[in-house]
Amino acid sequence: MQSLIQDDHNRVLMRRRIDFALKLLFLACTSIGVLVLVVLIVDLLMDGLQHVTPQLFENYPSRKAAQAGMKSAIVGTLYMLCIMLPISFVFGVGAAIYLEEYASKNRFTRFIQLNISTLAGVPSIVYGILGLTIFVRLMALERSLIAGALTMTLLVLPIIIVAAQEAIKAVPRSRRDASFALGADKWQTVSRAVLPSAMPGILTGVILAMSRAIGETAPLVMIGALTYIAFLPESLMSSFTVMPIQIFNWISRPQEAFHELAAAGIIVLLIMLLLMNFSAILLRNKFQKNI
Amino acid sequence: MKEEVVRQGRTESRPNKTPALRFKNERTSLMNKAMPVILFLCAAVSILTTAGIVYTLFSESFSFFKHIPIADFFTQTRWNPLMEPKAFGIWPLLSGTLMITVIACLVAIPIGLAAAIYLSEYAPSRVRQIVKPILEVLAGVPTIVYGYFALTFMTPFLQNMIPSLPIFNALSAGIVVGIMIIPMVSSLSEDAMMAVPKSLRQGAYALGATKFEVALRIVLPAAFSGVVSASVLAFSRAIGETMIVTVAAGATPKLTANPMESIQTMTAYIVQVSLGDTQHGSVEYGSIFAVGATLFVITMLLNIAAKKLAKRFREEY
Repeated sequence: MQSLIQDDHNRVLMRRRIDFALKLLFLACTSIGVLVLVVLIVDLLMDGLQHVTPQLFENYPSRKAAQAGMKSAIVGTLYMLCIMLPISFVFGVGAAIYLEEYASKNRFTRFIQLNISTLAGVPSIVYGILGLTIFVRLMALERSLIAGALTMTLLVLPIIIVAAQEAIKAVPRSRRDASFALGADKWQTVSRAVLPSAMPGILTGVILAMSRAIGETAPLVMIGALTYIAFLPESLMSSFTVMPIQIFNWISRPQEAFHELAAAGIIVLLIMLLLMNFSAILLRNKFQKNI
Repeated sequence: MKEEVVRQGRTESRPNKTPALRFKNERTSLMNKAMPVILFLCAAVSILTTAGIVYTLFSESFSFFKHIPIADFFTQTRWNPLMEPKAFGIWPLLSGTLMITVIACLVAIPIGLAAAIYLSEYAPSRVRQIVKPILEVLAGVPTIVYGYFALTFMTPFLQNMIPSLPIFNALSAGIVVGIMIIPMVSSLSEDAMMAVPKSLRQGAYALGATKFEVALRIVLPAAFSGVVSASVLAFSRAIGETMIVTVAAGATPKLTANPMESIQTMTAYIVQVSLGDTQHGSVEYGSIFAVGATLFVITMLLNIAAKKLAKRFREEY
């Protein structure tokens, strides 16, 4: 009897030990992600920080690493953002309003919805092939800023639509009812009661989508943005380059000096993304307070 | 529709309105007629996009298959499109893609799953609130940055252990792709685990189970289809990943099972061709559409499978 109890006690102890050991293992696995992020940032800072100089922002790309900068790439990214933002905002939010407020719940609406979530899973390089065929060749926009911006718009639209739908869904029913009770019609209700209330959520989604877009490389490589651009784009039809493309160009070179430049470029790109994400978080906090 | 009738009735009952008000009402009724149409057109863009993708990929692939028999494309084992003698057998690219994806999943699924179990079963909520966003930052890092990381950190790091490792190799790129998809596995799996009702866990605890036993025997089986769905989505994401493999895995399509070699994936091939000055209409130009269509179909099927699986785990409760 005594030994039976002892056995039982040992088994419980054993199970507790296994539990503790595995807890440590799981914790270790969780910290791998955090650890990699730290290593990545330290590695980048060590390689690139000494190259984050005014020259990086003022000079055009060059064959000599000592003189190379990414002015045209930074300006290209900003222009791209300015073109993409209004187009994707209008179409993305428009589609979300349609799906949430106007569409009747039938097969066709479900089809659109399914289609949007499918598009979100399409590899970005496929959008590059689409842009190359439709915008560059078919619409004869050549390898221009507008062709690149339109391609990226198609890429981020599904993200914006889904985020905007979530934001519109979160607007309480009572707001709409109150508006209708005051005699407002459908569009007045949507534009003056629903949208203002959903706007912080929508903007958060739009900012996150934009930060995804300015980090994308593959579709723009397809469009043909990878060139020496020693001038700033003058019109929508100008050829252009953007930051990730410039970074890719520098990484592809065998010389160590260009790799360090790439690291410096990445630091600038990451700071830009960090600022965008930070503003998205601020907006989200405001959003949570409102509801 | 009914609302509108009522509203029109109301305006008719007030005939003595000022011209300004009448103008305003006309304008708003115009808005009410036009906006649904305009908004519908916005939503239609997404359908046009899909139609555009399908049309482009398949029409151009079709003309490619006029030059290269479709049977050769899917059965031959040599891919050499840019130099004579040319060969268009997709298997080297497929095997390269598969190798990267398998390495990535070997890294991401165990680590991501362990992280999901830790976050949903063990971690105090304060730890979860800090760790989850950090993991999500990993998912937001641009892929070109991971490419840099693979080439300038992971490869030298691995070369310390395996001196014969070439600069461009599948192993390093695969591991970094794996790191990139960890957050996808962990966060989607964690969602599935959190959806398991508390009562199931409490029943097991009442019987004296430890946390690990609850995680392994109760939570994991209940959340299983969600976990599989997360893994399939991550797999599909790894297949479509482009910049990491372009930068770090090399450009030598080859049918091999050795991860220490330089290989080429489908995505990296598409980038390689578009970087060169390939003539529009040439066979090489057509090949990127055939490869792109293959890529599109594979990821599409995987995403649909993942969605079906995810739906199943939602229906259980």
